[in-house]
Amino acid sequence: MKQDKILLGHGSGGKLMHELIEDVFFPAFSTQQTAFPSDSAVLTLENKRLSFSTDSFVVDPVFFPGGNIGKLAVCGTVNDIAVSGAIPMWLSAAFIIEEGFPLNDLKEIVKSMADEARKAGIKIVTGDTKVVNKGQCDKIFINTAGIGLLDIKNENIGNGSLIKSGDKILINGTIADHGMAIMKSREMKHFESNIVSDCACLNHLIAKLSKECEIHFMRDATRGGLATVTVEICQNKDYGVELIESQISVNEEVRGFCELLGFDPMYVANEGKFVLIVAEKDSEKALQIMKSDDLGKQAAIIGTINDNYKGLALLQTSIGGKRIIDMPAGEQLPRIC
Amino acid sequence: MKYIDEYRNKVIIDKILEEINKWSKQRIKLMEVCGGHTMSIQRFGIPSLLPQNIQLLSGPGCPVCVTDRSYIDHLIALCRLDNVMICTYGDLIKVPGSTSTLERERASGRNIKIVYSVLDALQFAGTHKDLKIVFAGIGFETTTPATASAILMANKENLSNFFVLSAHKVMPPAMSALIDEGVQIDGYISPGHVSTITGSGIYEPFPEKFNVGCVISGFEPVDLLQSILMLVIQKETGKAKVEIQYKRAVKPEGNLKAKAIINQVFEMRDDWWRGLGILPESGLGISSEFEKFDAEKQFKVEIEPTREDKGCICGEILKGLKNPKDCKLFNKVCSPYNPVGACMVSNEGACHAYYKYRRLEL
Repeated sequence: MKQDKILLGHGSGGKLMHELIEDVFFPAFSTQQTAFPSDSAVLTLENKRLSFSTDSFVVDPVFFPGGNIGKLAVCGTVNDIAVSGAIPMWLSAAFIIEEGFPLNDLKEIVKSMADEARKAGIKIVTGDTKVVNKGQCDKIFINTAGIGLLDIKNENIGNGSLIKSGDKILINGTIADHGMAIMKSREMKHFESNIVSDCACLNHLIAKLSKECEIHFMRDATRGGLATVTVEICQNKDYGVELIESQISVNEEVRGFCELLGFDPMYVANEGKFVLIVAEKDSEKALQIMKSDDLGKQAAIIGTINDNYKGLALLQTSIGGKRIIDMPAGEQLPRIC
Repeated sequence: MKYIDEYRNKVIIDKILEEINKWSKQRIKLMEVCGGHTMSIQRFGIPSLLPQNIQLLSGPGCPVCVTDRSYIDHLIALCRLDNVMICTYGDLIKVPGSTSTLERERASGRNIKIVYSVLDALQFAGTHKDLKIVFAGIGFETTTPATASAILMANKENLSNFFVLSAHKVMPPAMSALIDEGVQIDGYISPGHVSTITGSGIYEPFPEKFNVGCVISGFEPVDLLQSILMLVIQKETGKAKVEIQYKRAVKPEGNLKAKAIINQVFEMRDDWWRGLGILPESGLGISSEFEKFDAEKQFKVEIEPTREDKGCICGEILKGLKNPKDCKLFNKVCSPYNPVGACMVSNEGACHAYYKYRRLEL
């Protein structure tokens, strides 16, 4: 059935969204496609490089365990810049607010943005405010854009061209926390749990890693989860990915919720996790650096780049079987960030 | 996680596999009836662990897959009425009707809500008196008791804006129909959740009449492999029988209370199964005593003529006669991104599970 309308699935971070970007946005904006569709652009000014990224936040509910829309708006853009290998420096913040939204809630959101920016060492330098009639947006939407300084030696980290067979794949902790925290606060209010979003700025941890290790690629595993990043890494490439399920950690309560609701944690959103691909020689060092940071205590080496199955992402299951990892087809959870 | 990790323990799995390899001599075809089993088998990569002479077939136990296209068309006709809100389990939203889907209708502004439980739909009816809430009641004996209890609660609370469009079905007629049609099956990996309600009695005719063994299985890898082992032993010793592997949940007599409320609210009727046609006494309609909650009777709508897609072999796949990869549409025209048949839409559908986890032989 041909699509002639935007479906919720077009915003899911999965295949439908990729199609939309490739069929509608890229041709219209004459975007030059890089090896990887990236969340940030590398800008060239003579011998200087800047990383530039933007993101809009529509999360429902606005306040959730472990954060709120403001904290998310800062972390999201900071992380998109940081995983390109750049040092995030400046942020803009634009607000679309629904008439009647409580001022105290806005103050709390803005305070979290300021706190988070301070912790990340970035400055919020410009912004915009629009108010729309009641019912014309849901409470509050925020857009942030950011600029980072990119050392020329890191300019290929975001485009995937450095990845090669034998590289190791790491993640800085448990998966699926953010998605399930949102799900819990939205749909399962009557359940008691301690599930908290992992929403956090990763730039300091990434800066430590860049100093010490030969980084080949980084990507934050947000919408679409770890599975989507894994597929993106090797799609149409002459190498494949193999992940080992038993190395991928999921918090007990998160696992319980996923089991109950039928979600595969591999597809559930994170907001403080990134996939790191490093040269094999540096994998142990990278793991130790991650583990010594508060945001990487449960880090693990979860897989390898190989050339056994070109273009394919495979999972060695916890019981020793093998299967494909695929992208989610459409909407898993709308308005997750 | 307690009660899960034990059933995914590799040491135990390896022991069961060793037993399977020891016992299994003859070629054997086992059908997992339930879509939840299909998904679990593929998700854990179980086929890649079994000896070649054991073949697993996916059966007709995915409620979305066997639901007829005309049912989707009926829901679409209802959602186009003023002040009607459709509440549905998420799987149904992308299933193609003849010319539209619920997902497309929602994008056009119709009021369609995904719920996790029929009780959420009931709650909406209580808090949105200005809307008529129609719950899409699909599923086998597993989901039927919940729908029945929602209707009883609506009756007790005297709700006049809660309705159910029932496509509920019962499992055994489909299992018999497959054998009647000559599908070669040595044993059924029988549905775990259905059996928690029905008990094991419903499977007794299979060994008696057809010499086909039935093992009621849980959903974790240890459960499934143990069930496969039990069916292999039955075959190798020539003793087809009904056994319960999933003892921690299934009692021989089932759940008497749940069975009683199904009987109170629903009555048996002949029903149309996608791929299998009309099977006598295989569906559950809402009984006349509760017809004020029956969306079939309470809304007069014109349903568009059903159009089936040509080339889709969902029917033969549901019967276990063909493998998803035998379909010429598979992974070409038909994928989870553009599903042609219901087996590709539902998470529990055989085609979806194959596409997601086993497009290539590993």
